[in-house]
Amino acid sequence: MSSVDIGPAMLSNAARPPRPSALANALTFGWRAVLKFKHVPEQLFDLIMTPLMFTLLFTFVFGGALAGSTSDYLQFFLPGILVQTVVFNSVYSGMGLSTDLSKGLFERFRSLPIWSLSPFAGLMAGDVLRHTIAGLIILTVGLVLGYRPEAGLTGIVASFLLLIAIGFGTGWIFIVLGLLIRTPMTVMTIGFTFIFPLVFASNIMVRPETMPGWLEAFVVRNPVSHMTTALRGLMSGTATSGEVLLALLAPALLTILLSPVVLWLYRRS
Amino acid sequence: MNDSRPMGAISAVREGQPFAISVRGLAKRFGDVKALDGIDLDVPRGMIFAILGPNGAGKTTLIRLLATLARPDDGSASVMGHDLISDPQAVRGAIALTGQFASLDEDLTGRENLIMLARLWGFSGRAAKARADELLLAFELSDAAKKQVKSYSGGMRRRLDIAASLIVTPGVLFLDEPTTGLDPKARQGVWKMIRALAQSGVTILLTTQYLEEADQLAARIAVIDRGRKIAEGTSRELKSAIGSGFLHVALADNERLDEGETILERVLDASVQRSAEGAQLSVVAGSPKAANEALAALIAAGIELSDFSMGSPSLDEVFFALTGQPMEEDTEGEAS
Repeated sequence: MSSVDIGPAMLSNAARPPRPSALANALTFGWRAVLKFKHVPEQLFDLIMTPLMFTLLFTFVFGGALAGSTSDYLQFFLPGILVQTVVFNSVYSGMGLSTDLSKGLFERFRSLPIWSLSPFAGLMAGDVLRHTIAGLIILTVGLVLGYRPEAGLTGIVASFLLLIAIGFGTGWIFIVLGLLIRTPMTVMTIGFTFIFPLVFASNIMVRPETMPGWLEAFVVRNPVSHMTTALRGLMSGTATSGEVLLALLAPALLTILLSPVVLWLYRRS
Repeated sequence: MNDSRPMGAISAVREGQPFAISVRGLAKRFGDVKALDGIDLDVPRGMIFAILGPNGAGKTTLIRLLATLARPDDGSASVMGHDLISDPQAVRGAIALTGQFASLDEDLTGRENLIMLARLWGFSGRAAKARADELLLAFELSDAAKKQVKSYSGGMRRRLDIAASLIVTPGVLFLDEPTTGLDPKARQGVWKMIRALAQSGVTILLTTQYLEEADQLAARIAVIDRGRKIAEGTSRELKSAIGSGFLHVALADNERLDEGETILERVLDASVQRSAEGAQLSVVAGSPKAANEALAALIAAGIELSDFSMGSPSLDEVFFALTGQPMEEDTEGEAS
C-alpha cells in the first residue's frame, strides 16, 4: 500500500472513447448477467429445484390418481410446470436489482453517462438466460421421464418463445418490488405472496372442471391458466392464435402498465 | 473569510471557467427534514475541497445532488461548466463518484468490474481489458484481479472503487467519506492517491467527518451543519477566524471541573468544551493577556492546575466554536 505508484497509469492519457450506443450499454449489462451465472452456478440449483421436485412429486405420487396413469399426467403437467418455473424464477431479477440498490452499485450506474434503461435491459437479458436454461433442464427431465411434445422441435421453440415473453412480463412485478424494497429476501416473500395463488389456483396441476364453481370461475380467468393452455397447445401443435394472444395479454399489460412505473421509480429521489 | 481567493484558482481563471463546481442556493428536503438548506459553493479547478460536518449534516445529500443522483428542490449548480438541471447527462460525462459504500458487483472479479465499467464508457472489448489491467496495476490489485470482490478486504474494495471512478479521467471526482471504516494504513494509502490525483489536475470534492482528513488533504474546507454552510476557508483561515488560540487547562482536582468551567466562561465570555475524557477544559482565548487573566481567576478561586497550554485550535474546536456544540462523530443516519 505504501508504495502505490500513481503515475499516468492511474489516469488514462488516451482519448476518451466515443459514447457507446444504447444497445452496446445493454449488451454490457447482459454480459454481466452471463458472468453472474459463471460465478454463481449455485443459482442453477435454486432455479430448478422447486420445479424438479414438483415434476417428480406430481407425476409419481399424484399423477396416477389425477389422470389415471403417471404417463398421461406427465403429458398434461409438463407444459404447466414450465410456466410455473418461469413465473417463479422471474423473482431473481427483482432480487438482483434490490441487491444492486442496497450495495450502492446502482448509484454508480446512475452517475454514468449511459442509456438510463440499460441496467434494466441487462436484467431482462439475465432473465432470458435463466428462463431458457431452467426451462431446458426441466424439459429434458420431462423427456427422460417419457414426456413427448407432439409438435416436436417447432413446438418446443415456439413454447420457449412464449415462456420468455411470460417471464419478461412477470419480471416487471419483481423489478418494481426490487426498486421499492432494499432487502432481497423481502422482495421474494412479497412477490410470492402475489404469485402463489395465481400459480396454484390455475389449470397447471389439475383441470378446473372438478373445482367448486366459484373457484373454477377464477381459474378459467386466471392469466396463468391462459399461459398454460397456450403452452400445452404449442407443445402438442393444437394451439390457436387466440389462445396464444390470450396468453400474451397479461405479459403485455404488465409491460405497458409497469414499465412507466419502473422509469418513474428509477428517476425519482 | 468567504471572500479569500485561493492561489490555485489563478491558472483556472485564465481559462475563463474559474470553477469546476459552482453552487447557488442548493436545497433539498426529505419530508419535513431540510437536508440541504441553501448552500453556496465555488470549487476551483484542480483543488481538493473538503466538506466537513457531522453525520446528518447534509454532506452526502450535497454529493448526490451534484452527481445527478437526486434532483434539488431549489437552487442551481454547474459542474465543469455543465448545468446540473438542464444537462445532467453532460455532467455525468464529466464526473466520477465513489460513494460511501463500495459500489461494486461482489459476485464478479475485480477485473470484470473494471471491464464492465470500461465497456459502459465505450471502450471496445480489448481496450476495456487493457484499461482494467492498467488500473489494477496502478492500484496494486493485480494479484487479486481474478478473485471475486466478495473476498476483498475493506482497503482493497476502496482501492478498486476509486479505480472504478478513473476509467476515464474525470473533471471532478466526488469522494463520499473515502476513508470511513479503513484502518490507518489503508487510510494513508487513500490519502496518497487523492493527492496524486489532484496533482494531475482532477478536481476533488470529498466529504469527511474526520477533521484530520480535511486538515491533511484539502486546500479549502467548507463546514456544514444541518444543511447550511457555517464556514469556509483554508484550514488556517478557519482556525484563525476563531481567535488567536485556545487555552487548555487540566485541573489537579477533577471534582472542581464545573466550578472551573463557570469561571472560564465568565472571564473569557466564551463557551467551554470538555475533552472526551472530561479531564481537560478548552476555551477560546482572544489573546494571551485574556488567557492570563483567566488562569489568574482560577488560581484566585483556589483551583489548582495540573497543566495548562495555549495552542491553535484543532478543527474539532473550530467546529465547536462555530456551532456551539461538539462535533458528533457517532450519531446515526446520514440523511441521504
